[in-house]
Amino acid sequence: MKQLMTGNEAAAEAAIVAGCRYYYGYPITPQNELINYMSMRMPQVGGVFIQAESEIAAINMVYGSAAAGGRAMTSSSSPGISLKQEGISYLAGSELPCVIVNIQRGGPGLGDISASQADYFQAVKGGGHGDYRLIVLAPSSVQEMADLVYDAFDLADTYRNPVMILGDAQIGQLVEPVEFQKGPGKNFPKKTWSLTGAEGRKRNIVKSFYPVKGQLEEFNARLQQKYKEIEDNEVRYEMLNTHKADVVLVAYGTSARVCTEVVKKSRKLEFKVGLIRPITLWPFPKEVIRKISEKVQCILTVEMSAGQMVEDVRLAVEGRCPVHFYGRTGGGVPTSSQVIKKIVEIVPDNLADALLQLAEVR
Amino acid sequence: MKALYERPETFIDTATHFCPGCGHGIVLRLIAEIIDAWGIRGKTIGLAPVGCSVLAYNYLDIDMCEAAHGRPPAVATGIKRVHPDHVVFAYQGDGDLAAIGTAEIIHAANRGENVTFIFVNNAVYGMTNGQMAPTTLVGQKTATTQSGRDLVNYGYPIRVCELLAVLGGSSYLERVSLSSPENVRKTKKALERGFKTQMEKKGFSLIEILSPCPIYWRMNANEAMKHIDEEMSRTFPLGVIKDWKP
Repeated sequence: MKQLMTGNEAAAEAAIVAGCRYYYGYPITPQNELINYMSMRMPQVGGVFIQAESEIAAINMVYGSAAAGGRAMTSSSSPGISLKQEGISYLAGSELPCVIVNIQRGGPGLGDISASQADYFQAVKGGGHGDYRLIVLAPSSVQEMADLVYDAFDLADTYRNPVMILGDAQIGQLVEPVEFQKGPGKNFPKKTWSLTGAEGRKRNIVKSFYPVKGQLEEFNARLQQKYKEIEDNEVRYEMLNTHKADVVLVAYGTSARVCTEVVKKSRKLEFKVGLIRPITLWPFPKEVIRKISEKVQCILTVEMSAGQMVEDVRLAVEGRCPVHFYGRTGGGVPTSSQVIKKIVEIVPDNLADALLQLAEVR
Repeated sequence: MKALYERPETFIDTATHFCPGCGHGIVLRLIAEIIDAWGIRGKTIGLAPVGCSVLAYNYLDIDMCEAAHGRPPAVATGIKRVHPDHVVFAYQGDGDLAAIGTAEIIHAANRGENVTFIFVNNAVYGMTNGQMAPTTLVGQKTATTQSGRDLVNYGYPIRVCELLAVLGGSSYLERVSLSSPENVRKTKKALERGFKTQMEKKGFSLIEILSPCPIYWRMNANEAMKHIDEEMSRTFPLGVIKDWKP
């Protein structure tokens, strides 16, 4: 049955369905619907809800419950996610599975509470210290938020790695119909490494500390091998109208919704605009972007930032075609006409006529 | 023939990384003795944070968890909520518990988190070469208070037990010391009482242990023990500060 829900609430309910029974959070706009929903739902399913004294405490409570073998989650928005970075580095270094939801708002600093995608670097490049990676999933609708939260728990358990859901204020607060049709995650690997009391077995230690010379390098090599495996197996993206496209847009989350509209508007024309929507921001869909770059006139990356994901697009393209950028910052959301205007500016001259038509379409 | 004194099974037979005259080894051994005597190895989970306590898992043959600096009360909360019937304890130093982790310990106490906190107070940052701790005595010389801790610049030593006693959620708080065999016996009793408090689900317990650090106190072992009795215990009076069952 479909119900109307905000993205924040859908993330919470999907976590419950996925078997998450430990949620720790701290209030911050624009993710408050999530913590409020959890405080109501967790007691109903016999789970644990704690409103922690800080985002730092919340992420460390997640660390404890994950170490003890539970499915644990926390959520916050940009400034709060900054506070969690130490904990996230420890989670990655201790190989603990958990889910962290970031409903991004404008920054830097206290910024504002409108939608933003300016935490991309922090999420995919490692906002904390050390050579680590998060699996980063970017929903672009309320339904996809729910679906990705299930998968996030399964991915976390499969790879013993923290997973981040990277949303934004619009995805979090948007109300859309959503269905929780997927049952509880099937992928519950036995956590033989977890802390359950060493009854009848050798003790387990959960840690990220390797003080003996050489051990840490060995451990890091193993981590990198795991990350390679994730890159080989878990890349996700969606392609729209990319076949024989002249210009391909690359955008995720709310920006991708805007770009979908741009693609739809351009369909009436000879001139073809396509869209690649990364669903995993890490691992990044670089292979498909590389392939498409050999066929198109140019690529335009659209973000609600000053240009972050565009760096990964350029690394994937490696100069095979021009890569342009259009972005809004500080809580601004691009409109489809702004994106179309940008396309008109950047495409090669031989398409100019078609583009003039396109501009009229808007 | 009956052995009067031997290594507890839970106490791992290994070389120590602690400095000569350090109190940590005594406390860890007491924990191991209690785990053995009560047969709770299979249901006990310990936490080792950052500081001299960082390698506590090298000595205790039980499930153990790392915690970031100051965060054991939050990590322990997360573990305990998954295993409410297990015995969960955090092994923290003064910098960890009373400086960087002040917020976490206060809120864990206030929630009445059913966990036992073993707070080793040696009034100095041992792991990082002897800097001032929140519990450093007035006038005490450390690497960062080279002419002694003065009140104008550095404020007062924090009395953790007294601070936590005013919170509704704290159940058992006692301060003990390692300065003599008699005091070590009292420390063991306090630890037992702490674990008991948790096992009877009576809520938050914390045992503060005044512990010698001869290296960074710049004293020999005997002087350090005397220093605990004559100086440290004046700032940090020994005794039960709060008990759910007086």
